[in-house]
Amino acid sequence: MKETGVLLKDMKVSRGMRVFRMFNLVFLLVVVFLTLYPFLNIIAQSFSSEGFINAGQVNLFPMGFNTETYKLILADSTFWNNYSNTILYTVVATAISMVLTTSFAYAIAKKDLKGRSVFIGIAVFTMFFNGGLIPNYVLISSLGMRDTLWAVVLPNAISVFNLLIMKSFFENMPRELEEAAAIDGLTQYGVLFKVVLPLSKAIVATMVLFYAVANWNSWFQAFLYLDNPDLFPVTIYLRNMIAGVTTADSAGGTAENLGQIAANIQSVTIVLTVIPILCVYPFVQKYFFTGVMLGSVKE
Amino acid sequence: MALRLEVPPEAVTPDPPGATRNRRNKPGSWGLALTRDWRLYTLVLLPLAYFAVFRYLPMAGNVIAFRQFQPGGSIFGEKWVGLKYVTLFINDPSFWQAFQNTIILGVLTLLFCFPMPIIFALMLNELRSQKFKKFVQTVAYLPHFMSVVIIAGMILQNFSMTGTVNQIANTLFGTTVNFTQDAGWFRPMYISSEVWQTMGWGAILYLAALTRVDESLYEAARIDGANRWQQTWHVTLPAIRPTIITLLILNIGTFMAVGFEKILLIYNPLNYATSDVISTYLYRVGLESSNFSYAAAIGMFESVIGLTLILSANAISKRLAGTSLW
Repeated sequence: MKETGVLLKDMKVSRGMRVFRMFNLVFLLVVVFLTLYPFLNIIAQSFSSEGFINAGQVNLFPMGFNTETYKLILADSTFWNNYSNTILYTVVATAISMVLTTSFAYAIAKKDLKGRSVFIGIAVFTMFFNGGLIPNYVLISSLGMRDTLWAVVLPNAISVFNLLIMKSFFENMPRELEEAAAIDGLTQYGVLFKVVLPLSKAIVATMVLFYAVANWNSWFQAFLYLDNPDLFPVTIYLRNMIAGVTTADSAGGTAENLGQIAANIQSVTIVLTVIPILCVYPFVQKYFFTGVMLGSVKE
Repeated sequence: MALRLEVPPEAVTPDPPGATRNRRNKPGSWGLALTRDWRLYTLVLLPLAYFAVFRYLPMAGNVIAFRQFQPGGSIFGEKWVGLKYVTLFINDPSFWQAFQNTIILGVLTLLFCFPMPIIFALMLNELRSQKFKKFVQTVAYLPHFMSVVIIAGMILQNFSMTGTVNQIANTLFGTTVNFTQDAGWFRPMYISSEVWQTMGWGAILYLAALTRVDESLYEAARIDGANRWQQTWHVTLPAIRPTIITLLILNIGTFMAVGFEKILLIYNPLNYATSDVISTYLYRVGLESSNFSYAAAIGMFESVIGLTLILSANAISKRLAGTSLW
């Protein structure tokens, strides 16, 4: 082992350092295990039979493999209806959010736009102060939006956090590009659609993901404003199961399988709602990281 | 006005083609801005309308805290009643219980959930294998992408009578506890699940800051004889200090809003004594019992405290640390 001044990095690793590295490794492995455990446990519960569940014997692996409850939920038309509502709401809400966020971010990223600081102030102030639950509820009700898709997709259409990330992305674009396009006779619309947006695919993709995941996961707007079960997103389907509004009985359990259904109807529903996220997660999580990095570099 | 007219024409920035020159179009005037940038202004119209309707109108709607409100009537209420609803909640013991629970959960969240991501980020930063680091990160971010409904379902499952926590309690102590119903266990249940949920993703901004630490600072510290621990203390921590402070201010700002949706999903009347916070209390008062004005008064109180907290945290940190949000 060379011990020259330049190669200080390669200096002999001290005993304390090695102990620390071992401890660090073990700690992080424990974190990984503890993070994954609840998911594994729910999956195990969902495939186990009632005897083992009720005796508190299920932890990492299914005990007494049973798919009775899966069959029941997968045959439930309400479940599929609510699932398709979730997809519809996610698509519509994300589209609206993207149009509003992109256009606003593009305009306020223009440093010489008159009134820019007022527009930014209007948006940022809402991060720290909001009307609160009751005035919002009263407003949405009086707008006649109850029991419509609009109550779910409009109230949170712009996330100021996402707006600021996009704004700083647009601000960091080379000005020459847009200036050249303007000289070529493109209007500001033309510059946005033909020059800026094609160069912003990465940030647009990140924002779509941010909004889509938030909408896919959201439940509270729907819980507040929707009364018609045919309009519920799947998160409300699950919420009613957790809150005991839907029981094994009302979900269509029969005399012979009621016990089994009651034992794991919640874990089965959790697994069925979590699957889409788990499937796309490994592929999209790096975009989230990029998005947060972009946002954190600002100013 | 007269003075401005005497500015020689060369000093005026050339107007874009199509812009008509007249007195209203002086540089910096709205007339010129609109002529030149009207397309940009059309882009802000819809978003501004959104903020006006869905953000600022509800803020104004808070006046119902001082007015009598009739469901189906005007969103700004019917007639002034002064401080009636404010006195009502000030004399309401349930409100003060919720207030106390909010403070306690808020403080516990700051104590436990705020430092964990920093420690986690520092430990990740010590890993030499980038592959393993990526793997740990990928796993640790996962809970962040779950709906709060799913999280709540998993909490209730894991803490249920037959769940894992009771399996462990049974093995170790030979007893089981009804965690989800027992008021004494709500706080540990809430805080531990909150750490589980936020530790990984919360580290992401620190990790971003850590990648920007100048490598030569470590070299210099090593040459000065600093060991690994001293390097962390004197180089790494100061480097991420602005991030720590910014996040601390933001956390203090959301102090009053403690996990509203999650609590609403996992609490029940048996543990209200520790689980009921201001936001859940006003939810029940307002939307389950339809006392809109009363609940709006509580809500306004909550938002004003929230705003005050973030403004003062920001001012203090500007003074003491030179870091601030604005």
